[in-house]
Amino acid sequence: MAFAIEVKDLVKYYGELLALDHISFQVEKGEIFGFLGPNGAGKTTTQRILTGIIEASDGDAWIMGHDIRKDSFYAKSLMGIVPEMANPYIDISAWDNLMLMGELYGVPKERRKRQADKLLEMLGLYERKNTKVKTFSKGMKQRLLLCISLISQPQILFLDEPTAGLDVQSARFIRNLITELNKEGVTIFLTTHNIEEANQLCTQIAIIDHGKIATIDSPENLRQAFQSMQSVEISFSIPFDEIGALKKLVGVNEVKRVGEKFRLYTEEPAKVIYELTDFSRSNNIKFTTLNTLGPTLEDVFVKITEEHKGWDYENH
Amino acid sequence: MKTIERVKQELSRAWTIAKKDIRIYYFKPPVLIYGIIFPFFLFLAFAIGRNISPISLFPGIIGMTLFFTASSVGPIIMPWEARMRTLERLLSCPVSIQFILLGDIFAGFLFGIIISLVPFLFAILGFGLAMRNLSFFILSIFFSSFCFSSLGILLSSLPTDNPSNIMMLSNLVRLPIIFISGIFIPIERLPRVGKIVANFSPLTYTVDLLRCGFEGVSQYSVIRNVSMLILFLAIFLLLGMKLHKRNLAKRL
Repeated sequence: MAFAIEVKDLVKYYGELLALDHISFQVEKGEIFGFLGPNGAGKTTTQRILTGIIEASDGDAWIMGHDIRKDSFYAKSLMGIVPEMANPYIDISAWDNLMLMGELYGVPKERRKRQADKLLEMLGLYERKNTKVKTFSKGMKQRLLLCISLISQPQILFLDEPTAGLDVQSARFIRNLITELNKEGVTIFLTTHNIEEANQLCTQIAIIDHGKIATIDSPENLRQAFQSMQSVEISFSIPFDEIGALKKLVGVNEVKRVGEKFRLYTEEPAKVIYELTDFSRSNNIKFTTLNTLGPTLEDVFVKITEEHKGWDYENH
Repeated sequence: MKTIERVKQELSRAWTIAKKDIRIYYFKPPVLIYGIIFPFFLFLAFAIGRNISPISLFPGIIGMTLFFTASSVGPIIMPWEARMRTLERLLSCPVSIQFILLGDIFAGFLFGIIISLVPFLFAILGFGLAMRNLSFFILSIFFSSFCFSSLGILLSSLPTDNPSNIMMLSNLVRLPIIFISGIFIPIERLPRVGKIVANFSPLTYTVDLLRCGFEGVSQYSVIRNVSMLILFLAIFLLLGMKLHKRNLAKRL
């Protein structure tokens, strides 16, 4: 079975700067694939290469079996794209934007009219379809960009930070739409640095840092692979700031203060709870809350990107 | 077969891009100012108070109008698209950068032809000038408009998102050209050095071909005029496409 996206040894130089360093991965058809990384890690460069906007310095990428370099016309016809920080044309109406993009994707006139009506209705822009886009809010423009990306009924949807800077309702609306589209069979390639969003939506996650793929796995497996990042969160009934005493407890690797609470990182939460009970009794301090927490994807992300930083220092 | 079909599809999309450009960019202030108002006042500054016969005057007016109008659309499109953040979306469509630029060239080409018809009709209807050979006029307008529109695309390859930077560069290139192309002084009256320099301006061949259409006389042969316009067109087109492709990532 051909993959929806297949990337092999992709390299990108900007002058002397190595932006992508031999990255490889595959995205299966029907997946929501999250592409995470800190700013400047190479996320947008990867997406621009995969969508045929810029060319790689070396390596290969295929979209539904079409080589993006040699066969970009057909590869691009299969995708819809919402680039980061992009805008629709603001001097024309929402409807005209859709007609223009539909024509550029070769969608026949009657079909693009039907599709535009349906999309504008679905994304709550139908009433404003003949209004010039310059009067639209950021959230409306983002919804229009989604309409534009869907006008050709793509098989793969590339989304680069689709909810960045949006209010809670608009962001939730877009996340729900992504899930719905995926249920209809659209493969989603989601570039984001919103870890919670990736956690909620994605079936697979790749973390890229300094132009290299640090890891690829499901969100659940990523969390389980980092058992040392389990934690016990505790708060006490009286003001307490003896963080050093908590660090000395058996099984505790690290202690962090989170507001009024303390988070004790450990590989053995049960043992730490036992230790905390003893500590509480012997010091005559009651605790008001006690929770065990698995590692969050954010913990995993920070851990991986910090380890990567470590490798870089060692390599230099 | 697949290639021919693809080229047909891309040509049709280039036309879609041209329609978009016509709609969005024809009425942008830089196009109106540098494409229409600027050459109009430039010519008035030269012509008022001088005793020049209309038959000598109009080939120059039409040539200069065509030069400024056709080359004024291209320079603003790419920087404007980059500034308004519409470029990346456009580049991700199934149409190559070469055909996107071809669409931009179509838009400049049509703008040049439409606006230069105004002084042409003024010459025919207002001054009662008769054409000696209409086909030379059509040849001149067609190839020159294509050539100057491609020059506009070449000028816009500078990787900036500020249209005024490109307009400044474009005027720096365009203004000297009008003084060495036989618009204000016919080529045969230029000094020897002027005649040599005039060979390097595409506008020289436009105006000479227009003179041939109006007066029936020209400095160079029709074949030479057309060939030189095609040569300049090919240079501007190929160089413009190459530079745009090279500078694309810097614009995003």
